[in-house]
Amino acid sequence: MWIKGGTIIDPANGIEQAGDIHIREGLIADVCLNGSRETDEEVIDAAGLWVLPGLIDMHVHLREPGFEYKEDITSGSRAAAAGGITTVVCMPNTNPVNDNPSVTRYIVEKARHKALIRVLPAGAITRGLQGTELSEMGLMKAAGIVAVTDDGKTVADAGIMRRGMEYAATFELPVISHCQDKSLGASGVMNEGSLSSRLGLAGIPSLAEDVVISRDTLLARYTGLPIHITHVSTSSGLEIIRQAKDSGVRVSCDVTPHHLLLTEERVRGYDTNAKMYPPLRREEDRLALIEGIRSGIVDCIATDHAPHARDEKDLDFDLAPFGVIGLQTLLPAIYRLHREYDISFSRLLTCVTINPARILGIEGGSLSPGVRADITLFDPAASWVFTRESVLSKSENSPFLGSEMHGRVVLTIVEGRIVHRI
Amino acid sequence: MNWSRKDVIAIHDLTADEIGLVLDMASSFKEISKRDIKKVPTLRGKTVVLLFYEPSTRTRLSFEIAAKRLSADTVALSASGSSFSKGETIMDAVYNVTAMAPDCIVIRYPYAGIPAKMAELLPCSVINGGDGFHEHPTQALLDMYTLREHFGRLEGLTVAIVGDIMHSRVARSNVYGLKKMGANVVLVAPKTLLPPGVETWGAHISTEFDPVIPEADAIMMLRVQKERLNERFFSGEREYSVFYGLNKRRVDMMKDGAVIMHPGPMNRGVEITHDAADCARSIILDQVENGVAIRMTLLYLSMGGTANVD
Repeated sequence: MWIKGGTIIDPANGIEQAGDIHIREGLIADVCLNGSRETDEEVIDAAGLWVLPGLIDMHVHLREPGFEYKEDITSGSRAAAAGGITTVVCMPNTNPVNDNPSVTRYIVEKARHKALIRVLPAGAITRGLQGTELSEMGLMKAAGIVAVTDDGKTVADAGIMRRGMEYAATFELPVISHCQDKSLGASGVMNEGSLSSRLGLAGIPSLAEDVVISRDTLLARYTGLPIHITHVSTSSGLEIIRQAKDSGVRVSCDVTPHHLLLTEERVRGYDTNAKMYPPLRREEDRLALIEGIRSGIVDCIATDHAPHARDEKDLDFDLAPFGVIGLQTLLPAIYRLHREYDISFSRLLTCVTINPARILGIEGGSLSPGVRADITLFDPAASWVFTRESVLSKSENSPFLGSEMHGRVVLTIVEGRIVHRI
Repeated sequence: MNWSRKDVIAIHDLTADEIGLVLDMASSFKEISKRDIKKVPTLRGKTVVLLFYEPSTRTRLSFEIAAKRLSADTVALSASGSSFSKGETIMDAVYNVTAMAPDCIVIRYPYAGIPAKMAELLPCSVINGGDGFHEHPTQALLDMYTLREHFGRLEGLTVAIVGDIMHSRVARSNVYGLKKMGANVVLVAPKTLLPPGVETWGAHISTEFDPVIPEADAIMMLRVQKERLNERFFSGEREYSVFYGLNKRRVDMMKDGAVIMHPGPMNRGVEITHDAADCARSIILDQVENGVAIRMTLLYLSMGGTANVD
């Protein structure tokens, strides 16, 4: 199969020019940047399109097993494919929790039969996400996990977190930390500040996040081990990460599209699709995150795709669960950042391709000859409206419902197979 | 000016003119309650549903009496004994009530935002009877009415609001309203009970009660909620009453003509002692009396009554 006539953007190889790609046996066989070759194989005409490495989203909740009414591997992978995402890392807060190799094997087997894309599970750091006993990381790694995290159940005990990092490093597993001190803002539902007081909603201070970012970067400094901080939302937290990076600590981080594009102002009107953890923050935080992408302090963009059924979200702001979906709107969000904030598309693309691949130690994220042919074709000229009808997830909890999107994924290829096409 | 609002959700949304209009009109409604036959046919044929998802005696009774004096039919539903206790979501409950075509729903709710959402989605009028820590607009209007009735003005008055500002919808609505009407507001509380961003409210803030007392024309005491103690916002009732309670010693420090207010229900012996609550300065029962007039005014205005006050 050939993809011809498109503009190839492959930040890992520093390519941003017209060219053709030859796919053979699920791998990228060749990238031709000078002149087109005659072929009698299948040709995909990519004229006017951007040809990108398939996206990697390192923070996704697929809800299977246990919460299939919110999402499952089939529906989640379909939404991902439509978003140009060819690899997801799925979080362990399933039921049962992915804290042992049987659950890992279940997810891996389900994904092998049902998923359109590559689904890589993350295992729990502690059994049952309880923050007390370490999980079977080694056996889970053998079964297929690529990272460990307790995600929203932040490991509160610093001693356990240290052991978790050391134990994970034994099996060469990256540790992903969702930083939240639950003793600060336990009842909070939005960013703490003047607006939360105005709206009569309990706040979650930036401090609740920053305290744990400090702790985990100090643990990384002391042990010399790597840590990945997920969905940073505060300018002060990002500053802690910058200082740690400057002094050689092995810390990396990701941010979400919603924290890059929305602020706490979106909570006015009490729309529960504006309720997520960490909460939407102030404009100055949002701008700091965007600058962090420009400067490279932010390594990755990840969606924290968190489906919740409509009847769960259709509650009071105080009672509705945290989280929004994001797989189908990831690339349009990135394109909007490129257009509105003058950040090179190639720089943004590193955040969803080669950077997460390197942090996770997985293949993919580039168009280098010989690697798996995960490719996304993006039409930068298309515009469309993201509606309930366009949602392929089982849940529709997006803060971007009704928004006009610029740029659209028109074709997604996973290991040489077309998994999405419009 | 004309009243063009279907709903009354938040003092924050009202203009000074609108507040002034409500206060002006309330006087004529107050007169009705002083008659021998306390009923006028103004809202005959209108249905008012009182949905109270939180315990309330004063506000609910006040709304019910107000509606009945205007000849509206009233139906009151409380959380216990309704399907809310069976796990029905609030919006389902609200849509079911709406299907029975009420003209106005008065809602009290433990979480912020539901009255605003109802106002947006429902065809009938919605009056907020207090939502979470958000707002309690009718309380603030009756407080402002009572102050204006007593002093003849709001502009230039200094009102101290004392206690749990953080969790108080009464404090929020009063601060917004009093500021709009040109009064000075002083908030008195320990730092743990001051909400984030309170410095942007345009009120003076003091963690000490005593220095504020001689300056205040009115001292509004807020109820101490026992659950805040469990959440460790302060150390205990004994210490609280020493530093933030209104007692005889503090009443004696008040300036001539200054008054004492409380939205109720009072915790006697905690935020206010008997000799403060029952002294000549107390206008607490005036507040309750005026509540009926304010709620009559709002029911009348939101159900399409014309404002005949220029």
